[in-house]
This record gives sequence, structure tokens and C-alpha cells, in this order.
Amino acid sequence: MNRTTLGFVALVIAGAVAPLLGVYPTFLMKCWAFALFACAFNLLLGFTGLLSFGHAAFFGAAAYVAGYSIKEWGVTPEVGILSGMVFAALLGWVFGSLAIRRAGIYFAMITLALAQMLYFVLLQMKFLGGEDGLQGVPRGKLFGFIDLADSMNLYYVVFGIFLAGFFLIYRTINSPFGQVLKSIRENEPRAISLGYDVARYKLLAFILSAGLAGLAGATKTVVFQLASLTDAHWHTSGEVVLMTLLGGLGTVFGPVVGAFVIVGLQNQLADKVGSWVQVIMGVIFVICVLAFRRGIVGELMDLFKKSRT
Amino acid sequence: MFEMLGITPQALYSQLLVGLINGSFYAVLSLGLAVIFGMLNIINFSHGAQYMMGAFLAWLGLTQLAGWTGIPALQVSYWAALVLAPLIVGALGMVIERTMLSRLYKLDHLYGLLLTFGLALIIEGLFRYAYGVSGQQYEIPEALQGAINLGFMYLPKYRAWVIGASLAVCFATWYVIERTKLGSYLRAGTENPRLVQAFGVNVPLMITLTYGFGVALAAFAGVLAAPIFTVGPLMGADLIIVVFAVVVIGGMGSILGSIVTGLGLGLIEGLTKVFYSEASAVVIFVIMVIVLLVRPAGLFGRER
Repeated sequence: MNRTTLGFVALVIAGAVAPLLGVYPTFLMKCWAFALFACAFNLLLGFTGLLSFGHAAFFGAAAYVAGYSIKEWGVTPEVGILSGMVFAALLGWVFGSLAIRRAGIYFAMITLALAQMLYFVLLQMKFLGGEDGLQGVPRGKLFGFIDLADSMNLYYVVFGIFLAGFFLIYRTINSPFGQVLKSIRENEPRAISLGYDVARYKLLAFILSAGLAGLAGATKTVVFQLASLTDAHWHTSGEVVLMTLLGGLGTVFGPVVGAFVIVGLQNQLADKVGSWVQVIMGVIFVICVLAFRRGIVGELMDLFKKSRT
Repeated sequence: MFEMLGITPQALYSQLLVGLINGSFYAVLSLGLAVIFGMLNIINFSHGAQYMMGAFLAWLGLTQLAGWTGIPALQVSYWAALVLAPLIVGALGMVIERTMLSRLYKLDHLYGLLLTFGLALIIEGLFRYAYGVSGQQYEIPEALQGAINLGFMYLPKYRAWVIGASLAVCFATWYVIERTKLGSYLRAGTENPRLVQAFGVNVPLMITLTYGFGVALAAFAGVLAAPIFTVGPLMGADLIIVVFAVVVIGGMGSILGSIVTGLGLGLIEGLTKVFYSEASAVVIFVIMVIVLLVRPAGLFGRER
């Protein structure tokens, strides 16, 4: 059994047991939603080398689509979540085809600007509740018979969604498609000279990442019964970058670890230090960039390698 | 003609004026970004935070400093702030460049963006902690109060001054970079830093000064903005994203290009407010999309 399989098994066991050991399920569900969001983001930055600074757009848009369809049209949660995901993927197709026209820093600025545009649109659409967002989204019954008002039922559904997304990302990066993505990250001109249609690969990676970010956002709506403007704000885009960076860019488990650390920190700090949270997040950001670029999982893997030789 | 469109000429002129003012801020800020990008190859995400710092330093100097020190004479006037705030923010910027940014030049340029994003969070968070999110009022200096009657409209003196001062700073920057010896070093450094270093120019120092100058421009814009917008910790955050879009539209290849694009987009935004105000928040982003479709390198950019 190799290390990744071992890690995967440990993750499944830890996730399945954690709520039974008395960890607050809502907190865990928030962690899993953000972990999926960070993994989706990592697929783009860690494995394709594209820094999207507007990933909150997909997270937030899907949150609104899921919230609106469940609350106003009364669809079941799985339909709501799926429609959120599909919408995010379509949005990713539009944003992605625009953004891949430029590379590097421009790519980051374009995605940020497009996300901000979406933020203003969400703010102005009256039926989406403006500043208040969509509140009181019912959790409903999954497939019409599993009652999600029960926290434990909901927890295992959310955990299942995370695992499905996580596994899809894992399969993607280990597929021939994923190898091409990595070659684009390492050396784009060479990938072009080898005959790969780089733009198409980038776009596909972008759509996949956007769709999975949407899956995370839609799931979050069902958990908190709320879709808010915060979900689509650039702060959220920054948070997902931080989670990925802190956990370990381009590692399989890094974003999961990063998401747990950041969500945990925010949870612990929010009532104790108030507005210092933002300063602390900024400091972690600066430290990560200056001295800790491999992230937690990256450093651990490095330690492990050294101890073996 | 005005009756036909259902608007008064006064409304049109005043929105155009607002647009021109926003445009001057876009121009000064995108110019700073372009100058920094040219030399350091990073996008300075903390530009908005540094603009906010400029405005805050002016406000602190005018209203708080005398109280802190207990010396009433220590009140920094608007005119002094216009010089001091950029100097202080520029000096802080140089410290940041020396201690942090300079460690990242060998890495992917994206790390510079991430570092300055972290710095922006810190700066904004600190001011938010100290002064809350609500805005502070900054009074227009006495010499610039009142308005001039232009016949067809009243032009507030302060607004005219803001437009004039920003344009003057923009063109001075353009002149220094394009027409002087110092500027020629800078342009050469942008093209090929190693060669310039081999000719005996102290390139690391030049980079530090460039960053200092770029953020000083942001602080200058901040002081200019203080009496117009309320001074608050969040004033820079949303503005900087619009400026990013302006930079994408204009391309960072040309100094004059960023000035023209900034002013032009400000005017378009003002016009949109008159005719279809719901779209005014997104019009610049929509233009960005169109430019990306038609001319991906930006209006004044070069394809690389």
C-alpha cells in the first residue's frame, strides 16, 4: 500500500469517526466544504500553474443557484446542489475562455475582476436578497426520503460529497490528462511544441475546477441554509488561496489540511480577537510566501524523505 | 437634445465631473502599478491599502496628531500632508521591498502578488481594528473651498484641483521616465536588468526606489481623495480591483497609455451613471471583457 492510499484510508476513517467522538458536526461540515473548495482550487494552481484570484465567484454563484432553486422552486437538495455545480461549471467556461487569453499575472487580475463583476451583479439582483443574501434555505429531504434536518444524516452526505469530489480530483491528476496539465505548469512552450492544444487543456482544467468549487459552495448553502454575498467576495477568493498555500501547493492532501487549519483558526479566534482575525490571516499569508512555500504537507513529505535516506 | 434623453445638462456635467475625478484616480493608481510592474515584475496588490494609508495619514495629521502629542501646533495641514504622506508611505514601501519582496524575485512572479495580498490584509485589518469600518470626514482646505462659475455649471474648486494635480503628477512621471537620463536607466533596467547592472548602475537600489515611488503615488492619490470620499479602512480595497481591470484594458506597456485609459474609463463610468446607473458598477469590467475578446494584449499593450 503506498502512502497516498494510506492517507486516503486514514482520511476516510477520520472523517467517518470524527462526529461520533463529539466534534461539532456543523464545524466539520464547514471544513469539508472548504476542503473541497481548496482541492478544486489546487487542481488549477497546484497542478496547472494557473492562479485564479476569483474562485469565490464559482463558490458563491453555485451557493446562490442552489439556495434559490431549493427555496423558491422547492427542488430536492441533490437537484439543488447539482444545478449549482452545473451553473458554476458553465460560468467557469465563460470566465475561463476569457482569462486564458492572457497568462501569469494578467490571468490573476482578469479572474479577480470578473469575480468582482459577478459580485456586483449578485448584489443588484433584487430577488437574491441584496445585502442579506438568501436566508432560511430549507435542508429538505435527500432523494425525497433522507431527512437532512438531522445533523448526522447531513454530515455523512456532506462527507460523501467531499470524498467524491476529492477522488475525482485525485483521478484527474493521475490520468494522462493530469500529466499534460503538469507539463503545462512546468514548461508551457514545450507542451505546445509537443503538439498539445494547451489552451483547450487549460480551459478544461478551469471548468472542472470551477464546477467542483461550485459543488463545494452549493453544499455549503445546504449546510448553513444560507447563501450570502460573503461567499462571492474577494476575501473568500483570498482565503482559498491561503488554505491551499498553507496546506501545501500541488500536494494531494495539502488543501484539506490547510482548510481545516484556517477554518479551525477562524472558529477559535472569531469571538476572542474580533477584527484581528484579518491581520492574523494576513500574517500567515506573508509567512507562508516568505518562508513556508511548501506548506504543511509539503514540509512533512520532505521530512519523511530525509528520514528515509 | 437633453430633453429628449430625459436628463438635465446639469446632471450630465456633474456626472462627467465625477467621472473625470474617478478617472484621475484610476490614472494615478494604474500608473503606479505600471511603474512597479515594469521594474519588479510583480503586481502590487497592496496598492489599494497604500492609497488608503495616504488618506488616513492625512486625516490623522490634521485631526489626531495634536491631541496625541499634546502640542496644538503639531497639526499637519492638507498641503503638508500632500508631501509628507507619500514620503512616509513610500519609505514604508521601501522597507517592505528590502525586507520581503526582494527575497521573491527569483521565484514565480505570482508569489509577489500573494505576498502583497497578505500585506494588504494586514494593513487593512490594523486600520479596521484601530478606527472601525465607518468613514471619517476630512475637511477641504480653506483655499480650495467654494466653486467657480463656468457659465454652464458650477465647478467646485477642490475638484478642479484634484484633476489638475493628478494630471500634473502623471505627466511629470511620464516626462521623467521618457525624457530624462534617470528615466532611461529605468527603461533600460526594465528591458534587461543584468546588462544595466554590468554597466555599473546599482539596479537593486533602483528597484527599491521604484517601488517606493510607485506606492508614494498611491499615497498621493489617497491624500487627494481624502476630502472627496470618506476616509475609511476599506476605501482602497474595491477601488484597486477596478484599477486592475483598467490595467488589463490599457496594458502596462505604455505610461501615456495608462493615463489615457484611466481618464477615459472614468468618463465612461460617469456617463453610464447618467444613462443607466444600474450598470455603472460593472461597466469597466464589461469593457474589460470586450477588450479581451477583441485585443487580448490591451489597448496599449504589447503581445509577449
